[in-house]
Amino acid sequence: MKPAPFSFVRPQGLQHALEALAADPGAKVLAGGQSLVPLLSMRLAAPSTLVDINALPDLDHVRVDDSGVRVGALARQADVLGSDDVRRVQPLLSLALSQVAHATIRNRGTVVGSLVHADAAAELPMVLTLLGGSVSVASATGTRTIPAAELYAGPLESTLHHDEIAVEALFPGLGPGEGVAFEEVSRRHGDYALCGVAAVVRVEGAHVAEARVGYMSVADVPTVVDLTTALVEEVAQRPSRRARNQGELSDQAVSAAAELALQHLDPADDLHASSAYRAQLVRVLTAHALRAAHDDAVVRGGAPG
Amino acid sequence: MSTRLFGESVQRVEDQRFLRGEGRYVDDVLVGTTGRDMLHAAVLRSPHAHARIVDIDVSGVLDLDGVHLVWTHDDLDGPMAEPLPLLIPHPSLTHGRTQYALAKDEVNYVGEAIAFVVADDRYVAEDAVGRIRVQYEFLPPVVGIAAARAAEHLVHDDVPGNVGARLEQENGDARAAIAAAPHTLSLDLTVERSASTPLEGRGTVARWDPDIGRLTVWTSTQTSTGVRAALAAKLGLDLGRVDVVTPDVGGGFGVKINHPWPEELLVPAAARLLGRVVKFTEDRREHFISSAHERGQVHHVEVGFDDEGRVLGLNVEFWHDHGAYTPYGLITPIVTSTQLLGPYKPGAYRVVFESLYTNTVMVTPYRGAGRPQGCFVMERTMDAIAAALGKDRTEVRAVNFIQPDEFPYDQGLIFQDGRELEYDSGDYPASLQRLKDLVGWDDFPKLREEMAREGRTVGIGLACYVEGTGVGPYEGAHVHIETSGKVKVATGLTTQGQGHATVFAQVVADVLGVPFEDVDVVTGDTRRMPYAVGTFASRSAVMSGSAVHLAALRAREKVLRIAADALEASEEDLEIVDGVVSVKGAPGSGASIDLRTVAVLSNPLRYAFDEASQAATQFSVGDPGKPPVAEDDEPGLEGRDFYSPQRSTYASGMHAVIVETDPETAEIKILKYAVVHDCGRLINPMIVEGQIQGGVAQGVGGALYERMAYDESGQLLNASFMDFLMPYVTEVPERIDIDHLETPSPLNPLGVKGAGEAGVIPSAAVFASAIEDAEGPSHPGLVITAMPISPSELFHLRQVHTEESR
Repeated sequence: MKPAPFSFVRPQGLQHALEALAADPGAKVLAGGQSLVPLLSMRLAAPSTLVDINALPDLDHVRVDDSGVRVGALARQADVLGSDDVRRVQPLLSLALSQVAHATIRNRGTVVGSLVHADAAAELPMVLTLLGGSVSVASATGTRTIPAAELYAGPLESTLHHDEIAVEALFPGLGPGEGVAFEEVSRRHGDYALCGVAAVVRVEGAHVAEARVGYMSVADVPTVVDLTTALVEEVAQRPSRRARNQGELSDQAVSAAAELALQHLDPADDLHASSAYRAQLVRVLTAHALRAAHDDAVVRGGAPG
Repeated sequence: MSTRLFGESVQRVEDQRFLRGEGRYVDDVLVGTTGRDMLHAAVLRSPHAHARIVDIDVSGVLDLDGVHLVWTHDDLDGPMAEPLPLLIPHPSLTHGRTQYALAKDEVNYVGEAIAFVVADDRYVAEDAVGRIRVQYEFLPPVVGIAAARAAEHLVHDDVPGNVGARLEQENGDARAAIAAAPHTLSLDLTVERSASTPLEGRGTVARWDPDIGRLTVWTSTQTSTGVRAALAAKLGLDLGRVDVVTPDVGGGFGVKINHPWPEELLVPAAARLLGRVVKFTEDRREHFISSAHERGQVHHVEVGFDDEGRVLGLNVEFWHDHGAYTPYGLITPIVTSTQLLGPYKPGAYRVVFESLYTNTVMVTPYRGAGRPQGCFVMERTMDAIAAALGKDRTEVRAVNFIQPDEFPYDQGLIFQDGRELEYDSGDYPASLQRLKDLVGWDDFPKLREEMAREGRTVGIGLACYVEGTGVGPYEGAHVHIETSGKVKVATGLTTQGQGHATVFAQVVADVLGVPFEDVDVVTGDTRRMPYAVGTFASRSAVMSGSAVHLAALRAREKVLRIAADALEASEEDLEIVDGVVSVKGAPGSGASIDLRTVAVLSNPLRYAFDEASQAATQFSVGDPGKPPVAEDDEPGLEGRDFYSPQRSTYASGMHAVIVETDPETAEIKILKYAVVHDCGRLINPMIVEGQIQGGVAQGVGGALYERMAYDESGQLLNASFMDFLMPYVTEVPERIDIDHLETPSPLNPLGVKGAGEAGVIPSAAVFASAIEDAEGPSHPGLVITAMPISPSELFHLRQVHTEESR
């Protein structure tokens, strides 16, 4: 388990990094290394050059502004998870981050690195897609912003060009009337989820105005399904204190929503779960997440009840 | 009087070192300046499960900068070119096969060693391995017990039916007893493959010293003496020229008792040829595909019983998947076939097994060594009888127990060590009562109702086992009281974290009356104790514990003899307290002599070299008319002795668990785990409890998480810790309630029984029992017949059950 030979550069400036990347078609960017280094050690990846971006200045920011949360390419997952501002502006990001692997991995792993690694079983790509965020990328020739909806081309495949480095991600903040929830089932604490579900529910007055749900590990790419139609008839009521997570959405409505979601998903068999079991998790977790996000929206919005 | 340490929860002396990262494992040996010229080995392993080797082309390797050596089978000669030893032959193992150090002509599992490279570092060595070209002619792989039994294809051309061994034992006429029984049941039960997976894999470092013609080998093993003997034989060296040292070992759990591994021979051979230190450190993927697995068995049970649930006849057939080779003989299936009986006394018992070849990693014992499967079979049978009769599961067990007044109890079979399966002591009814109290068995229906009101599903299960521990043939110990007063203890078996340095020091400190801190224990170093067997089968406390005790007694005898002479007192009147020998009842007041001085007197030197030796001049010992060292004596304050029991001693235990199963996701959560354990007298209760907790954790892995997922082509699909789900601390019970029963063993001087494997034995059985119980109300009649079980599998069981009940 030792990597094949490779060249290593650790540029001190972004421009240098971009040039080094452009200079070698076999080059890969190394950020936190939590996915890349194991792939190297198992010789499943053998890049000819590693462009280590850890020495680049001014890329470790976690900033909150009117548009949401901006995370620099070198901000560690633990930094983002530890930010109260992030939790306030977009609680879903914090909820999802707490499910990413283990603390030691989050100490080193970067948010942006996980986004462009494009694993459909990972939390962050799905959350970015659900929130309609984006990633800013730079190359030696310029910069561009890729909306999350256009970021994922296939399993472990992003739409970044070879010579581009993702420099920042934008996670839009929580909007008025919105509530969020994150649910996942994994075999062990910190494992990739067998199925993970995040929901954003917006209530207007007493009604569900919008319900979007993101899925991980049940499709080839992070997948978001708009389930609003299944829930528009539901009346938003303040959940009782005793059972905050048992919202007032009807069984019928959440079941219908889950069945609708399954039409857009393709749960597969693997070593740890059958496709039928994953479909069951889609049903169960969709219901839990919709209810929890709905409760969250109602509580945040102080809706009538 | 010194406080007696036997039975005290003395803190482990090893832990400060381990917790501070100061452990020294094989990979740490000779690192730094002394190992500057160290070379590193890597192994080319078969990517195919079954193939003939047509050609191996190594021409692209030697011109690679930094490569020193590349070997294939063609480069080996003499004993090195012969198959590796079949360590434990058995008359029933009619078709035993072992692999070569490097494959000759054929590979029989993915991971089998084909070529061996030594280079400047492991990076270059792996680069070189990548350049070796092998031409294969593919053969059909045989994967899984069903394929092995079908024998459409053969693993070894000369092994008909893929059957390596068939062994039958019977006590009474089981089939007749079943035919005559008022009730009968049959069950088919499966346990999947798993493995020991110690966190430290295998590893070997070797140094050949040309100046004195000696080979020193550091290896991560459970038997340094075994490796030494094998090495000497294979390399054609006199035993006296080979030293094997076992440094700290990061877990063994059985896999490291098998020996010699190909690398354990190839690394020393290369070190001798090259005149350089050579190291091999196995990586995790290698460990998964080239060490050993265990557990995979399929069982068919026929049982006849009466209205009370008493087993009148039990007939068990099973099929054991031993993988591609049989270096460790039939130990695992023999253990299953005998230990299956647990604490019970069926009217008649017949067992027959076939040990089958498959094109997968070979099988050698893994903690429990066939007992978890046996326990699963017996306990599933007990649960099935209870369900059939509508009786409480504990009642059915109780009517089948061997009673306390029936010991020694002969089960009428032959155990894995070739001796009678005769239980020495135990009290199973008392254990069961304690377990019921500990887990709250009788109150459980109330808990179930309360939980049901909250929409929660809970179940309770129990499982009982008996474990033959402390198998022979022997262990030895050497105790040396130095002139500093410090006591040096050496025993030959190895240590993988059990706390031997603590418990053996407790035993010695008690016998010699010295402070615990003054006793220093060395294990697994053939330079210090060349006669030993190894650490396996829960035998260290029984075997080395007893040997250490006997050796310390011998040293004590000599202390008292010399001291009596020096103090002009009678030996019987003396005692040793805090390292000082004095007349009993009058410490401090009468004449006394400390152990340092006794040690000097034991070795009549001409020269005084320190205070103790100067002090010794005031005493004169021995008869001035005789030689300073008597004819039947020897200089030095030492004791050496061996312990060799007639047969194993039988520990026992019972586990109970309360689980919650999620009605929607089928996730399985542990709410309470209780253990009643009887390993005779406890030397150190804290260490025993640690063993139980570790065993339970490993058992949780085996029951709910871990399996070896082979595809039909013989590729192991989950050869990493990402996909082989060893439980984290988050998956094992936060708390385990433990109660001890102590029925001393009459077979050894300490009254102890082994405890190392106990925690893992009943796991599959107890979880199956509890999960089935939890599912009962919603899915009456749902039966669990295969372990491990995942949420996905439980979900499917529910679905199948629902469809079938429509």
